[in-house]
Amino acid sequence: MSLLDIQNVSVTFGATAILDEISLHVAKGEFVSILGPSGAGKSTIFRLLTGAARHDSGKITYNGQPLATKHHGFGFMPQRDALMPWRRIIDNLTLGLEVQGIHRKNARAQVTPLLADFGLDGFARHYPSQLSGGMRQRAALLRTIAQNRPVQLLDEPFGALDALTRTQMQAWFEMRWRAARWTTLLVTHDVREAVALSDRIYVLSRRPARVIAEVHVPAPRPRMGRRVSAEAHAVEAQLLEILLNQTGETL
Amino acid sequence: MQSDVPRRPGRGLARGIPAVLSVVSAFLIWETYVRLSGISPLMLPAPSRVLDQIVLNRALLWDNMVPTLKATFAGFALSLTVAFSLSVVLDFMPRVRRALFPIFVVSQTLPLVAIAPLVVLWFGFDLTPKVLLVALVTFFPMLVALVDGYGATDPEIEDLMRAMGATRGQIFRSARFPSAMPYFFAGLRISITYAVVAAIFAEYVGARAGLGIVILNAKNSFRPDLVLAAVVISSALTLVLFAITALLQRVVLRWREVGSTR
Ligand SMILES: Nc1ncnc2c1ncn2[C@@H]1O[C@H](COP(=O)(O)OP(=O)(O)O)[C@@H](O)[C@H]1O
Ligand SMILES: [Mg+2]
Repeated sequence: MSLLDIQNVSVTFGATAILDEISLHVAKGEFVSILGPSGAGKSTIFRLLTGAARHDSGKITYNGQPLATKHHGFGFMPQRDALMPWRRIIDNLTLGLEVQGIHRKNARAQVTPLLADFGLDGFARHYPSQLSGGMRQRAALLRTIAQNRPVQLLDEPFGALDALTRTQMQAWFEMRWRAARWTTLLVTHDVREAVALSDRIYVLSRRPARVIAEVHVPAPRPRMGRRVSAEAHAVEAQLLEILLNQTGETL
Repeated sequence: MQSDVPRRPGRGLARGIPAVLSVVSAFLIWETYVRLSGISPLMLPAPSRVLDQIVLNRALLWDNMVPTLKATFAGFALSLTVAFSLSVVLDFMPRVRRALFPIFVVSQTLPLVAIAPLVVLWFGFDLTPKVLLVALVTFFPMLVALVDGYGATDPEIEDLMRAMGATRGQIFRSARFPSAMPYFFAGLRISITYAVVAAIFAEYVGARAGLGIVILNAKNSFRPDLVLAAVVISSALTLVLFAITALLQRVVLRWREVGSTR
């Protein structure tokens, strides 16, 4: 049974239809990506899940129960890193735990052992502005993971990085994910990234977003840091064709 | 993004050199003019003479500086407390903000010349009217800075905190309040430059002691040198207060001082 289930969800902002009958689901331990063009409404799906926006119709269930308005089962990584510039890295990382009412000292003790895995050893007392783009993304990711939520929502976590750093981060993230198997819903507009990381991929159309394809990625893991497998290649080609074709439609 | 908030206060002594040079040369020109033109010291005393007066009247100046300083600090503390408390209320109650803000704006349009005698009339010659006037003058820049600063919080940070399950109070404490600090210090520095001037003005209108009284008496006995001596002391006071806020800002806004990699 799926852990998270979005069924026929539609959203309009004013007169603009953003999401049109979106259905998708995520099973426990699964890595699912939402792939779609910029402005399609990908972030809006996350806004529904984090309670920042409401859907007009359709149903969202979590563990078989309708999603409560004050539901906090998700670790959310926003599109920009949203690190607090006035907090040191360690205090940014503990933010989620502090919000949960955990004392700052205990929260630090929980997060500190994770620093090394996220390549942040020795940077705990730095301010975000002192970190490189890649490190900031890792910090934002660790801030998300550190909340110990059952599902991770990652909104274009590597989108702002340069190509080289992005590839390094994807490889690193794949490694971390293989070790931890977080249930993950990833938003991206990068075909490569979606194929490299996902078990399944939903492809969204341009706004108003509909699910125009659901694609399984049968390629063996790990997928990064080695030659792209034939399976992965085939999926990439398939996704590109879907995306290009649907762009053609609107022209 | 926050272009109206100065990014970094002066760093190192080297930056101050041009300012020191220009001030020193202004005084030199003034001194030279007075000596060469032979203008009467009753019209325009030379800086050296003003300095002499400061030394000669140091006891008088000191005794009168203390009440001015007291009024400034008390007024400032009052205004800071009220501005902060009110800013929190206004942040949590946007309706109240819209209702009250016009009143605060109006309070800023009241000419001090008219208000000061009234306040003295109502509250007498003691500390109270001075404290109130200092508070009135310094309150608004800080309140506006705080309210604007809260509003300038990165919405993405707030969304993130909400997704974490944060309450409105937690969001205020952890996001809105720290976001407002750069704005607050910008407002603080405006306020601090008004504070001493407001205290002196209130004294001038009616008081038992204070730099304002020194100025009033010196003016009435045709002693521009002593007027200027008191002015120098009051400017020095403002500069010291200004320096204290700059120092405080460097501590509180340390995160803005650290090197950026971008
Ligand atoms: N509060 C809002 N009001 C009106 N339109 C919005 C609002 N938020 C987002 N949109 C619009 O909704 C569309 C989808 O936004 P978003 O979900 O951020 O897209 P994506 O993440 O796929 O790039 C965009 O075209 C955007 O302009
Ligand atoms: Mg987006």
